[in-house]
Amino acid sequence: MKFTRTLAVAALAAMALTSCAPPTSENAASSQDEATGTLRVWLFSEVNQDPKSKVVDDTIAAFEGKHKDVTVDVQYIPVDTRAEKFKAAFNDPSSAPDVAEFGNTDLASYVTAGGLSDMTADIEAWDEGKDLDPKVLETTAIDGKNYGVPWFVGVRALYYRTDLLKEAGVEVPKTLAEIETAARAIRTKNPDTLGISVGGASQFSAMPYLWAHGGSIAADNGGTFTSGLDSAESRAGITAYTNLVKDDICPPKTCAEFGGNASVQQFIAGQAAMTIGGDFNYKAVAESEFKDKFAVVPVPGLTAGSIAPAFAGGNNLGVFKSSKRHTLAADFVKELASKKNQQAMFDAMGNLPTFSDVQKSVAEDNAYVAPFIDTIAAGTNFVPITDTWSTIDAKGIFTGMYQQIVTGKADVETASADAAAAMNKIFEAK
Amino acid sequence: MSTQFPVTAAPSLQDEKPTAPLMRKKRVSGASRVEHWLYLAPALIVLIALLGYPLYQLINMSLYDYRQAQVSGSAPLVFTGLENYRILMGDPEFWTVLRDTVIFASACVVLTLLVGGALAVFASRLRPWVRTVLFAVSLGAWATPAVTGSAVWLFLFDSTQGLINKVLIGVGLSGFNDFSWTYEKWTAFGLVASEVVWCSFPFVMVTLYAGIQAVPTETIEAARLDGASLPRIFYSIMLPMLRPIVIIITIQSIIWNFKVFSQIYVMTNGGGIAGQNMVLNVYSYQQAFAASLYGLGSAIGVIMTLILLVVTLVYLRLLKRNGEVL
Repeated sequence: MKFTRTLAVAALAAMALTSCAPPTSENAASSQDEATGTLRVWLFSEVNQDPKSKVVDDTIAAFEGKHKDVTVDVQYIPVDTRAEKFKAAFNDPSSAPDVAEFGNTDLASYVTAGGLSDMTADIEAWDEGKDLDPKVLETTAIDGKNYGVPWFVGVRALYYRTDLLKEAGVEVPKTLAEIETAARAIRTKNPDTLGISVGGASQFSAMPYLWAHGGSIAADNGGTFTSGLDSAESRAGITAYTNLVKDDICPPKTCAEFGGNASVQQFIAGQAAMTIGGDFNYKAVAESEFKDKFAVVPVPGLTAGSIAPAFAGGNNLGVFKSSKRHTLAADFVKELASKKNQQAMFDAMGNLPTFSDVQKSVAEDNAYVAPFIDTIAAGTNFVPITDTWSTIDAKGIFTGMYQQIVTGKADVETASADAAAAMNKIFEAK
Repeated sequence: MSTQFPVTAAPSLQDEKPTAPLMRKKRVSGASRVEHWLYLAPALIVLIALLGYPLYQLINMSLYDYRQAQVSGSAPLVFTGLENYRILMGDPEFWTVLRDTVIFASACVVLTLLVGGALAVFASRLRPWVRTVLFAVSLGAWATPAVTGSAVWLFLFDSTQGLINKVLIGVGLSGFNDFSWTYEKWTAFGLVASEVVWCSFPFVMVTLYAGIQAVPTETIEAARLDGASLPRIFYSIMLPMLRPIVIIITIQSIIWNFKVFSQIYVMTNGGGIAGQNMVLNVYSYQQAFAASLYGLGSAIGVIMTLILLVVTLVYLRLLKRNGEVL
């Protein structure tokens, strides 16, 4: 009896002493700035890994040649499990790398987690830094500080089947409204073909519609955000997009579930006459059996000749806050993201460069990237740069709104009002 | 801590010895009580380490505003008491998810028991080689990992290329042309439920079959001689004798089906169109890991644990009242 009690008391005391609060870790910026040693680097692994590895290995060889007693240790991590990897690195700084590649939509949540180091000074001191596309550089900034160097951008444009458009007797759409009429005409002619393959869950295809109509996801009032989804302009954009997911264009039973990839897969499989796909999808489409029967144009805006603002996706290179070698790590980032290496990455992988001048030169040499470069040049847009966006994204509030509308569970008014309210609640909870 | 055991235990063992013959009862509550704990100690230590501590941390986390920023130390940790629970209770989505989970899990439990039970009775009446084939096939379903099974079912029920739709169209049901099983909320739940039943009925079948085999043939023969009909034999003899087994498999089924994660996550792509097929476990994952709201996610975990505890206790209590000993 006595023993049991002792044991219980001891156990409770041990628990109370060791952890009266859940565990936390310290991610304070390191006071050290060593110039030698091992630089640990995380990059995303690719389906086709060799071309990337080659560029990276060449860069490392050059970097190690310039810096004495420095070795660069690269690890390729899968994109799918990046969240776990990065969270683990923030939770246990001793296992964190010095440099990492990461998606630009993840940046805000990584910064809030205290994981990324401020690189504003590094970019300012960099002679190539001034040529970075300002719209793209903006996606790395929170409160005026840049937390990464954009490594490449990804934008979406309109892919279409030349043969199917011709057969249905429609012109290449010059406005968003024409996309809808063309898509409907094609499906009427070809009932087994999707007029345009877009999805309830492919948010980056929906965003150009929202922005082209003057709508916004959220307005930044200097650190605090308010959702703009329930504005009249936003509703017009949401309506225009959801009008595509109708039985006479892209039936909701098929398309409501589509994300971006699934939409493009339909196009590659020959099931769709048009789709909104990224420059990163180009290779797969060009290798499909329709390789001679398709073309790409920028997603048009409301008026002929205009281009709808595209979502500026892409990846950044950043330095971890816990790194003991900030200067060295930043030097490596600048090396890997240099004009020369971005050109090399474009040649190897087709990744679009983030320097305005390099973008121009690759577009001149490669006709196929022109529609994407034109889209970037016309001005891109981005999701709200706040860590709360990752919560909104994880809860599927933005895509859920589109899915509710296309499945007929709610009309545009209600769904956008609900989504705006849900977003505002998350913005405020911060 | 473990080095303390012999030191504390030894003297008390000595003390009790002289009085032992006279006070049998006291001896049990004294010396051998310590002995009980000593024997239990290894298991207890393992249990506390593997179950107690995580549960303790789960409850602990649910009482804090605990997000990624707090974990990695860039924002202060704030004790918020029952705030996470208050947020949950005030969120209509939580109540919808809870209701759907209860309906979905109950349907899975009932179907699993019915299918497993029917096949067990069936198996006990089959020729040995047919039974072996049945068991081998069911064990295949049982051994299939949940994620693999879900992916295979998705292929089978694909709206355009799936075998099931092709067969249904083939027998003249043209309504299944391009029919999407995951589009409507309840067909999607039904699809997932059938996969869950498919991978969990073998356990019920094998266990019940073993139970049926253990019923003495003499008893049944005696009943038959007394003129009992087959249903009568089943209800008055087999079922009461199988009861302990039925209890265990029911509780296990409730717990398993309430906690279904992989099937929903894979088959409805993380909770269905606009989150219509969310169940508690996926909801908790979405909150805790995808949205990095660890505190809120833990609160959902605690609520799930409590619900399962209550269900199990009530069930055991009901059985105890019926005079059944496990």
